[in-house]
Amino acid sequence: MTVLDELREAVIDGQAKLAVAAATQGLEQGIPAEVLLHDGLIAAMREVGRLFEENEIYVPEMLVAARAMNATVAVLKPRLIEHAVQSSGTVAIGTVQGDLHDIGKNLVAMMLEGSGFEVVDLGTDVPPERFVEAIRAGADVVAMSALLTTTMTSMQDVVEAITAAGLRDQVRIIAGGAPITAKYAARIGADGYAPDASKAVRKVRELLTV
Amino acid sequence: MERYEGLSIPRAGDLIFGRCPRPLHVGGLVIGGGIVYPELNFTLPPMPVTAQTMPQVLQEYQQMADDACARAAALQVPGLVLELELLPDLTREPEWGAQVTAILRERLDAYRSSHGLVSALRVTPSDLRDFIRPPLMRAGQEWERMVRSFEECAQAGADMLAIESTGGKEIHDDALLNGDLTGALFALGVLACRDMAFLWDMIVDVAGRRHVIAAGDTACGFGNTAMMLADSRYIPRVWAAVIRVMTVPRSLVAYERGAVGPSKDCAYEGPFLKAITGYPISMEGAEAACAHPSPVGNIAKAAADLWSNESVQNVKLLGGMAPTVSMEQLAYATRLMNIASAHAKAVELRDWLVESDAALDPQAYVLRPDVVVGLAGQIVAEPTPYLRTRRAALAALQALREAASQGAVTLPRAEQRWLARLSDQAEQLPEDEDSFIGRAVSQIDRQKVRLDQYDLAMVT
Repeated sequence: MTVLDELREAVIDGQAKLAVAAATQGLEQGIPAEVLLHDGLIAAMREVGRLFEENEIYVPEMLVAARAMNATVAVLKPRLIEHAVQSSGTVAIGTVQGDLHDIGKNLVAMMLEGSGFEVVDLGTDVPPERFVEAIRAGADVVAMSALLTTTMTSMQDVVEAITAAGLRDQVRIIAGGAPITAKYAARIGADGYAPDASKAVRKVRELLTV
Repeated sequence: MERYEGLSIPRAGDLIFGRCPRPLHVGGLVIGGGIVYPELNFTLPPMPVTAQTMPQVLQEYQQMADDACARAAALQVPGLVLELELLPDLTREPEWGAQVTAILRERLDAYRSSHGLVSALRVTPSDLRDFIRPPLMRAGQEWERMVRSFEECAQAGADMLAIESTGGKEIHDDALLNGDLTGALFALGVLACRDMAFLWDMIVDVAGRRHVIAAGDTACGFGNTAMMLADSRYIPRVWAAVIRVMTVPRSLVAYERGAVGPSKDCAYEGPFLKAITGYPISMEGAEAACAHPSPVGNIAKAAADLWSNESVQNVKLLGGMAPTVSMEQLAYATRLMNIASAHAKAVELRDWLVESDAALDPQAYVLRPDVVVGLAGQIVAEPTPYLRTRRAALAALQALREAASQGAVTLPRAEQRWLARLSDQAEQLPEDEDSFIGRAVSQIDRQKVRLDQYDLAMVT
């Protein structure tokens, strides 16, 4: 078994210590950090995603795998910065103003992180201007969530605030949550809609073409 | 304060829809006195709630109530409960919530006069406290507005007060997603139970002064969050089933502080509460598919005294506006249950409702009347909320293991793996609450909770 195999297996099993040890060994053997990242960690998380989609594992197993990945990324980060390796993109995510529901939003954030995206979690009850600030700070994608029929209308306020700030061309916007539909997302001017967390990751990948 | 140490309904055969040992008389209805009544809940279509839109909001509610009452009268329902679940904005501005309450009250009274439709109004203010993160549970503007909302809605015409309170949810959400039994026990058995005692002293006080019924408090934010996550296959269904049973001691606290039912519709822990307290319950299932999916659509009817649609938006369907359509569905569902009772066939119908769901999902299995009575008896035999919640976990896991081994419930391989994993975790739960709290507090994210709001300020 190669170091990359060991790294992948440790991440899939959620064994953070073993994953860090394998990555450290890989660096010592001269394997580039970006190879350990892409062929080790991200490949492992893709396998975790596959197992999840095939109902072999659940979110708790995905979370421990993501933690193992994050612990290992911390070890690789200095080398990645040294070689100017870019993340797949930055997503600013939040539940819109007036709404406190955040489990779905948290799941999307977790799965995006596990797929190699930088995630800025703005929390719940987020006013439009905070989404605007996040774009100014470098977000490539804004992901909005709402669970109530009376708060979903705040999504349009977010899109309008981004447009008014002259930032609409710099960012992709996706929307999700129980009352949201693809039609509604299109009507308010969002670029995409996702009915669940794993499809949200797919949609972000598609929008950023990564 | 009433202390429950045994079961009011000790025989599974007596845990049945429409009947309970302590029926409630309200507005001409006798809830739990032999008849199952429909309980209709509705909400606004997509629209903001602001001072500017309030005239339209009031108009929407008036139209929903009017149409629903007309349909109920046309279908000759034996009685009707309307539930107004206040949206956060309608709770935050107590006068707005009271205005909607007054409109529904007026409509119900009008149909009582014109059509002889007996009815009652349940009002459920929103728990605003977690708008502040970490939640401030016992003071502050959100608490004060929520208390005012209870007061003003009671004054404006509510017959029954209820809530979906959220104490402990700030810790429970993470525990749920991590499959963490210790975290869930801490959230439900320690935090939520303590918050319920504090909160329900307030609600019972308001209800007493305003001469309305202190009804109940659903663990929706816990049990139904788990059910929805399991439905999306995010968490195992056995985990959601265990969580459901673990919500029972938390919701029972309301009754020990003075609540008398009917418990709220989305409280699927209701059959346990009915078995323990003898008070009537509201339930929802197949006719609540307009609001959310569930694996318990029929079995949820088994012990229901009110049968609800959970909530439906005021949107147009081919058959009419959605709340009116829901009204019709509830009318027919309850009509069948009541005719079964009239022909002394209620047990037969109940058993078919139970059998149609119970083996297909562990969340349905734990609602089987015999399982409910067995688990409820073990839960109330324990002396404290913590020990009751711990027992709920242990007993539910044991019941599910036995059911799986006997083929009484079907569990795929991944579910069986989680049943074993949760059982291993359960073995580590200590009897001593203080040592458990010490352990749990060292594991939780302290940034998410204000322990002093739960009388745990001294825990380090």
